Amino acid sequence: MPEILALLIAPDWVRSLTGERPPNVFWAEYIVWPLIQIVIVLFVVLTVVAYLVYFERKISAFIQARLGPMRVGPWGILQPAADGLKLLLKEDIIPIKADKLVFSIAPIISVVSTLVVLAVIPWGAAWATIANVNIGLLFVLAVSSVSVLGLVLAGWSSNSKYSLLGALRSSAQMVSYEVGMGLSIIGALIFARTLSLSGIVEAQRADGLPYFLFQPLGFLIYLISALGETNRAPFDLPEAESELVAGYHTEYSGFRWALFFMAEYTAMLVTSAVAVTVFLGGWYFPGLDWIKSNWGPNIYVLLSVAAFAGKIAVLIYAYMWFRWTWPRYRYDQLMELGWKWLIPAGLANVVLTGVWYVLALPEAQGGVFGFVKQTAGRYVPTGYGKIYFILTGFIITIPLSWALLATINRRSRDFNLHDQRQLQIKLRSERIKRNEPVAE
Amino acid sequence: MQEEITKPRETLLDAEEMALNMGPQHPSTHGVLRVLLKLDGETVIDLDCDIGFLHRGVEKIAEQDTYAMITPYWDRLDYVAAVSGDLCYVEGVEKLLQVEVPRRAEYLRVILTELQRIASHLLWLGTHAIDIGAVTVLLYCFREREEILKIFEDFIGARLTAHAFRIGGLWWDVYPEFETRVRDFLKIIPDRITEYETLLNTNRIWLSRTVGIGVLPAEEAINLSLTGPVLRGSGVNYDVRKAQPYSAYADFDFEVPLGENGDTYDRYLIRMEEMRQSVRIIEQALDGLPEGPVMAKVPKVIKPPVGEIYHSIEAPKGELGVYLVSDGTGKPYRMRIRPPAYINLQSLKRMAIGHLVADVVAIIGTIDIVLGEVDR
Repeated sequence: MPEILALLIAPDWVRSLTGERPPNVFWAEYIVWPLIQIVIVLFVVLTVVAYLVYFERKISAFIQARLGPMRVGPWGILQPAADGLKLLLKEDIIPIKADKLVFSIAPIISVVSTLVVLAVIPWGAAWATIANVNIGLLFVLAVSSVSVLGLVLAGWSSNSKYSLLGALRSSAQMVSYEVGMGLSIIGALIFARTLSLSGIVEAQRADGLPYFLFQPLGFLIYLISALGETNRAPFDLPEAESELVAGYHTEYSGFRWALFFMAEYTAMLVTSAVAVTVFLGGWYFPGLDWIKSNWGPNIYVLLSVAAFAGKIAVLIYAYMWFRWTWPRYRYDQLMELGWKWLIPAGLANVVLTGVWYVLALPEAQGGVFGFVKQTAGRYVPTGYGKIYFILTGFIITIPLSWALLATINRRSRDFNLHDQRQLQIKLRSERIKRNEPVAE
Repeated sequence: MQEEITKPRETLLDAEEMALNMGPQHPSTHGVLRVLLKLDGETVIDLDCDIGFLHRGVEKIAEQDTYAMITPYWDRLDYVAAVSGDLCYVEGVEKLLQVEVPRRAEYLRVILTELQRIASHLLWLGTHAIDIGAVTVLLYCFREREEILKIFEDFIGARLTAHAFRIGGLWWDVYPEFETRVRDFLKIIPDRITEYETLLNTNRIWLSRTVGIGVLPAEEAINLSLTGPVLRGSGVNYDVRKAQPYSAYADFDFEVPLGENGDTYDRYLIRMEEMRQSVRIIEQALDGLPEGPVMAKVPKVIKPPVGEIYHSIEAPKGELGVYLVSDGTGKPYRMRIRPPAYINLQSLKRMAIGHLVADVVAIIGTIDIVLGEVDR
């Protein structure tokens, strides 16, 4: 119990606001302060999500040589408010043949499971993190995968074939991409040796380099899986407009639909936040320690939050850029990419990273090179060790995994398009010659 | 047939086949096409097209209208290539009347029809890409199509249903800046086509969505009497502009691009190349544009002699033909349209069975149908 309470403890400056000793320490520190944090994070995140929609429209407009929303407020900056109001005022329609209870609960499951994850994200240094759970990463993976339940229930309860197909696709897709996502993180965990998200950031701070340099393949796999996990293009099959009308939310309208929309963008935010935490150094940037000692702890925390937000923004921009540039994968091709490429590549990455790491250990621990030194209870790579890990990551792990997968997938349908094409034509014309039906 | 599809049948492992009704309000059936799919999981095992939601009875209406009054109906057949429709009909009537159209009018007709071909192919590319999920291409295509529509608007007064031609030639000569406007457009379009190709040609996702999808061997394509890019994608060299040159096409030098594999990717490449060839034709036509009148001497009341003709042109979608029977009065006894999109649509079943739902959408896109023409 004291450990859990320690998670929620208020920072010094909050305590100083309430005077020497607040009337009731327990209430002030363990109930009121966490609630303030929760309200702030929810408010900020939901506003950001609304504006992500706006930025998505603006970015897509600039990519497509047009202007995007321009009417509501200058440059259309009040568009999210207008959209939200419109969705709130819309008639709430539940199809007659739908399962009403499940139909109403489904969007709530989706939204809540993505919002809960926000509690453990280290938004910044010190008091900017709501809860520093020591299994933070596991918590994120576990809770965010509940959101697929919302989609499945939505598709099933709508009692529409398009919704059902969308839900089936999304469940298969999210389950398979989660595996790749989990595997891609393990490489970084070998370096960090902790599952706590704040701990991973601290580890990168101590090692002096963000882990995407040690783990280029892991970072790549994570980015691709995160796109699949959040149903973003080119993996937006569950809601593929040209095929399934709107996928699992075909029958939804008004605010229930908005909840799904909110869940999608929050999920995007969460996966980017995890990517930033695990691979891009989290809220830390070089020079932050100097700021802490010279400008005071509060500016230090605010700047760390800004750095975190900036890194997330870069990733989210990339997500939007992908969406408006690439065509969509087909269902089976998506599965093939997930199971035949991402998951084996993730496994190869774990094995190879483990081998490099063991080799780098000091001889006393069974290693060869001694590039990793034990200082103050953790293993930190030395200067040569950093160069060694970066070189092995970029020069050996990526080409080796590629060669391995290319060998395995040589006969795969989509890998060798040319042969595939000739084969199909040959088979087809043979069937026609034999006067058989041409169906494959 | 439809009952057969909608009746579910038990398959292996007690799974039920699913009948999926795609359309007529589906976003990617290019209008009001209804496709009934019988699915095993997501694999198409049978399908049937239900058409006629846009049927207006043009052929019957034509029997009650004078020859000049029929022309606007042809704008509304293939409404994204209205000029090509007009060309087919007016040339058919001119053949019936045995009227010689002035050279200048013929050259201008070629210029406008080829511009319309580029516009139609641009619209096809945009919608085809959006079917496969690349949304941005549509907006780029509309940017260039807009330039063509502006040229039409200044000359004809309409953008979409451009009632371009009259029986006997053109109603009036082109405006003075017409040539520079068209030449300005010709300057930008080849670069823009290259731009689209850099977006799509070697894109891995685009390739895996189009290569080997909807394969149609040559003999099968001929048996289904397909025409246009769908036929040429299978490697059959048949283009009405070369086979039976009409209008002034015999004067121009251009190539007919042919595919090898007959899949969706080849049909895409062919249409891209056809746009380039259209640019070549327009350039030659502008260079050799003769002076002179644009309207032949045609009587006010058109009463062709008794007889019947068949005339066909290479519309953007394929061979667009008209069969006219005249009984000597001011109204045709019978007008029959050969709509390329309708006939090409018959290949959907052959191409789509065995593929997934997502591919059905891509295949409908690659056939390039316009429901105004399918339903007439």
